[in-house]
Amino acid sequence: MQQPQTTHGLDMAVLGRSKQGLSLAEERVALEVPGLNLYYGDKQALFDVRMNIPKQRVTAFIGPSGCGKSTLLRCFNRMNDLVDGCRVDGEIRLDGRNIYAKGEDVAELRRRVGMVFQKPNPFPKSIYENVVYGLRIQGINQKRLLDEAVEWALKSAALWDEVKDRLHESALGLSGGQQQRLVIARTVAVQPEVLLLDEPCSALDPISTLKVEELIYELKSKYTIVIVTHNMQQAARVSDYTAFMYMGKLVEFGDTDTLFTNPAKKQTEDYITGRYG
Amino acid sequence: MKRNDLKSWIKSGAPGVWMSGGAVAIAIIMTLGLLAVIAVRGLGHFWPADVLESDYRIPGQEPRVLLGEVVEVEEVPRARLLASGLPVAAAGGEFMTRELLKVGNRDLFGSDFAWVVGEWLANPRTPDEVLVVERREWGNFYGYLVNVKQDGQVVASGAAAWAELQERLERANRLQARLERLQRRDIGAINHGLERLRLKARKLELDGRLDAAAQADLEAERAELGARYQALERQLGELRRQVDRDSITLRASDGREREIGLGKVVRAYRPNAMSTLDKLGFYAGKLWEFVSDEPREANTEGGIFPAIFGTVIMVIIMAVIVTPFGVVAAVYLREYARQGPLTRVIRIAVNNLAGVPSIVYGVFGLGFFVYVLGGSLDRLFFPEAAPAPTFGTPGLLWASLTLAILTLPVVIVATEEGLARIPRAVREGSLALGATKIETLWRVVIPMASPAMMTGLILAVARAAGEVAPLMLVGVVKLAPSLPLDANYPYLHLDQKIMHLGFHIYDVGFQSPNVEAARPLVYATALLLVVVIALLNLSAVYIRNHLREKYKALEH
Repeated sequence: MQQPQTTHGLDMAVLGRSKQGLSLAEERVALEVPGLNLYYGDKQALFDVRMNIPKQRVTAFIGPSGCGKSTLLRCFNRMNDLVDGCRVDGEIRLDGRNIYAKGEDVAELRRRVGMVFQKPNPFPKSIYENVVYGLRIQGINQKRLLDEAVEWALKSAALWDEVKDRLHESALGLSGGQQQRLVIARTVAVQPEVLLLDEPCSALDPISTLKVEELIYELKSKYTIVIVTHNMQQAARVSDYTAFMYMGKLVEFGDTDTLFTNPAKKQTEDYITGRYG
Repeated sequence: MKRNDLKSWIKSGAPGVWMSGGAVAIAIIMTLGLLAVIAVRGLGHFWPADVLESDYRIPGQEPRVLLGEVVEVEEVPRARLLASGLPVAAAGGEFMTRELLKVGNRDLFGSDFAWVVGEWLANPRTPDEVLVVERREWGNFYGYLVNVKQDGQVVASGAAAWAELQERLERANRLQARLERLQRRDIGAINHGLERLRLKARKLELDGRLDAAAQADLEAERAELGARYQALERQLGELRRQVDRDSITLRASDGREREIGLGKVVRAYRPNAMSTLDKLGFYAGKLWEFVSDEPREANTEGGIFPAIFGTVIMVIIMAVIVTPFGVVAAVYLREYARQGPLTRVIRIAVNNLAGVPSIVYGVFGLGFFVYVLGGSLDRLFFPEAAPAPTFGTPGLLWASLTLAILTLPVVIVATEEGLARIPRAVREGSLALGATKIETLWRVVIPMASPAMMTGLILAVARAAGEVAPLMLVGVVKLAPSLPLDANYPYLHLDQKIMHLGFHIYDVGFQSPNVEAARPLVYATALLLVVVIALLNLSAVYIRNHLREKYKALEH
């Protein structure tokens, strides 16, 4: 609390410079989408989406409300399976394996592809139990392992210093921003390969938002991160690559600087200059 | 102008507020009034009221002395007294008073109570020496202490007798308590052992394995138990002789004398000589006896502990049965079943089950649980007890099971509502961490829905504890010889019949040979039933609030 805010501040200039000289084609691929259609009942929500999500980079999805960016994100860990009447046509490959293949273990997939939601959703348990939840599910119960995992995960989520003295208090007593970082810690604790962030800052105040963004920047050295955001400044700040979606179609996908400064498509330009959305 | 005022008053919504406030007030008044009536009528019974001595002069007859407690005073029309053949003067006020006296001495007078015409009572007095003796048989004795005897020899009489009596009564009661403990615990255990041996022998015989060696074994065990029984029997005989050593002679109001062994006396007291503090102490003792002791004299005297115990244990077993069933059914309906016309029909059916009259469940319990299930259990597992039924007769287990199906709908509905309220975000959070559906349910959803389950259980307990009609068919009796929980293997006897507060009220109030004496007990028992239900509910509410605090809602 008494720490000066500047330590958590983000140096935009440094961030911007680090993104220079990226090329989508040269990146290693984490998730491969060779062509995906998705239907809610009779209504088609995604139209032939083709894209490759690069490994250990931050990819942002932007677009107006209802454009299908969250839907696409939820395809990566098959969260859409829970929606009645949702049908997926096509493939998504994680390390070359189709995650929609028959007999695929959805629980295992979700362990490898973690997800953080719009609103913080900690379980009504202690902070400690929230972090070890995924590990306990995997049958890990040795106290030493769990203790280590908690410290490591909370440090990864930049939450350790704030909660280390009250690990066994209820997670519901944390502030919204802390809860969201706790959820990230919980997701990181199972050591996923991909982190899906579905508008992770939309329910947070500006300072918490800044902390989460800084966290995203630090996590990208270890994880492939896909983030859906409404906030174009945020996309510009944290992502290496940006995909613009409109009406269920992928309009443009490229490195963030190029997309924001020199978009190839008219629709993209209209959107980022605020003509609609 | 006036009309406009009225109109705006109605529009302001004030009449609605007044009406709902009034309705709440009426509800509260009715509840409190009900409790007050029950409490006053029931609790007053245990107070040691002064005993009134009075000359009773029926016109045209010799005056006689009456001794007793005034239980009730009422005004009756003179005409009615005349019509019933009493020699009442035809002239005078329209109403006369009539008093109900508890005169006791049932063995002498034939009845505990006497209605007397108030105007004929003369010279009322409350002498200190009047002694009330609470006996194990024949109800109270009201009279005067003449003397105290030991082995037939007078050891004290006159003024000294009272002190002597108190001392000797204490000794007798101590011995009596030991006697009862011996009878109940030690001899009960031996009887239990003998019965087990008999069943074991019969089982071996049925299996064709009753050879000479087994028979010798059994015989040896039986002989051992028999020897222990002989020893106890001798001990008992000795105790009985000691208890019967002392006796007292009492004189009733009409001058007749009665000798009573102290073994037959529960307590003796002189209410007219007691101070208010003494009376309070006595009152507390009587109340404690009421809740902790066993009934005497066809349930009209003594306590109702077996009924309290039976009610509580039955409700607890019911809760243990109904919770898992209700929760599992609700989880399936809400989480797994495909929502469609079929689940809708099932829901409607479940809701309607809650409206089925409870006696119907009793009939079902008797027909299915007792005869079909219990009969099959007996045939399969207890052939050695045949033809005496073990589970094929009404008992604790069947009573609990019947109540469990009676309350199942409540638990299902409450649990379903609780499950529906768990935010989707929390379920998704768990699934997104690689948990399967069942793991999510088990680790997150069900704990979070547990307060709702407790709410269902509270409603179930409230309904089950007050239910009487079905229980009469499936396991509740007016007098159970022993508690369903004791120190004899298997400790909890699910096949035993039990006593129940609700049925006890019915039995004491309507099946009792001594209605006047039993009436206050009906109120006292009713009050206790309310208290027991309230306590059961409060403990469930406490657990629920605790859980609620723990899983405080996420929505903010």
